[in-house]
Amino acid sequence: MDGDARRTVERAARDSRARLLAYLSARTRDLPGAEDALADAFRTALETWPRDGIPARPEAWLLTAARRRLIDGARRARVRGDAAAAMMALSEEAYEVADDAPAFPDDRLKLMFVCAHPAIDPAARAPLMLQTVLGLDAARIASAFLVKPSAMGQRLARAKAKIRDAGIAFAIPGPADLPGRLDAVLDAIYAAYGSGWDDIAGADPRRRGLAEEALDLGRLAAGLLPHAAEAQGLLALMLLCEARRPARRGHGGAYVPLAAQDTALWDKRMIAEAESVLAHAEQLYAVGRFQLEAAIQLVHARRAVVGATDWEAIALLYEGLLRIAPSIGAGVSRAAALAEAGGAALGWAALEVLAEEDVAAYQPYWAVAAHLLARLGRRAEAARAYARAMGLCEDPAMRAFLAAEAARL
Amino acid sequence: MRYSLLIYEPDSDFARRTDPEAKAAYLAGWPPYLHALKDAGVLIASVGLMGPETATTVRLRDGRRLVQDGPFAEAKEQLGGLCVIEVPDLDAALEWAARCPAAPTGTVEVRPALPPVP
Repeated sequence: MDGDARRTVERAARDSRARLLAYLSARTRDLPGAEDALADAFRTALETWPRDGIPARPEAWLLTAARRRLIDGARRARVRGDAAAAMMALSEEAYEVADDAPAFPDDRLKLMFVCAHPAIDPAARAPLMLQTVLGLDAARIASAFLVKPSAMGQRLARAKAKIRDAGIAFAIPGPADLPGRLDAVLDAIYAAYGSGWDDIAGADPRRRGLAEEALDLGRLAAGLLPHAAEAQGLLALMLLCEARRPARRGHGGAYVPLAAQDTALWDKRMIAEAESVLAHAEQLYAVGRFQLEAAIQLVHARRAVVGATDWEAIALLYEGLLRIAPSIGAGVSRAAALAEAGGAALGWAALEVLAEEDVAAYQPYWAVAAHLLARLGRRAEAARAYARAMGLCEDPAMRAFLAAEAARL
Repeated sequence: MRYSLLIYEPDSDFARRTDPEAKAAYLAGWPPYLHALKDAGVLIASVGLMGPETATTVRLRDGRRLVQDGPFAEAKEQLGGLCVIEVPDLDAALEWAARCPAAPTGTVEVRPALPPVP
């Protein structure tokens, strides 16, 4: 019985914490207060459920307990004359739904929009989402973003205080603001994903699992916003990248470039899911950056079926991407695709025109440049480019791969 | 919630206030803005300030009164005025800040107000 009660509390903490937190904070705009109240409710549950039995609706019980605590807190604040705290409270009616409704509304999307509000420090947005929506602890987020736990703790606390004190509404933006605000939500999710992705094949245990967690956020956003094409595009993109994870490293952790990856190792189920998500996005007729990037990765994924890569299609998609979301990364990738489709000279011509100040410290540029110069027989220049690519490299496996390529010149 | 919109304007805007050529265009934006705030029922108070060259600062240090010519700090943009508004949330306040005639050339800082003294 004790074990049952404990397991029920743990399951509720895992499955419902974010929804409870979103529901409570959406009504008070006070994240730290809602977090404290919830922690208290979980603590009380651990004490009383083993003794009194598991309530029929554990979530509703937790919500009622947390809500009571918030109301008590607001009353005390009013007695103290702390109008700011009292103002944020909390009529009993605001929570009525908890007692008689079979389920309480899902406000997690509102919570995501608050976390990604332009009034919040950009460096806090993705971490805040991971903590509040996915329940990751500050220490783990800190290591994923390579900052000290104390610094991350402060950053998160400051952001939550800003939400409360500046009066940021927990609301899904209206049609005029939605596109810009949604971009911020999706960018934050993608930043979290990228942070996990850079740590190829989980070489860094501190970042392990972050990509999967970002994928969860992406699934949530896509599910809650079925008509937002870019939310679908981002989900498809992350699924396609994730599908290739098992093939990114060879024996002994060696770097395996995409073109050399064994397609048998790719996760076909994830690719199929991405394909259907992207097909749904295309029905919405609102092309965007994430959809184009997903479409590019889908062309790569088709190699598993047709045995070859359609580089012309990829070069065209990058051209489209450059038009709506210019970036140095897309410029370099387009040049690489052109080289595969039409020869090294064509690729080099596209690479050569990129602005020098943009590429000076951009590692992928030097890796692609080295590869193309080698193919063009310009060995001295290729050697210099390989050296530069290695010098800008953060990943030892990638550096070893480049060194081996350079040695073959 | 109550917010202050602190309106910071560049020197060039302060200059436009007294430039006979530019004055009318500069001033034309303000009455409609203030009327819109009033008509929406959100305006608590507003004040436009004379230029920073008219400013005097006062500090008390060790019981001594230090009076100085000039604004609080030399900066490219100076406080030109402020509005106090009552709106439901930050986004609504930002909405009004964006409509401020000084927003295209200056900066509008939005600050929540402390609760009134009981």
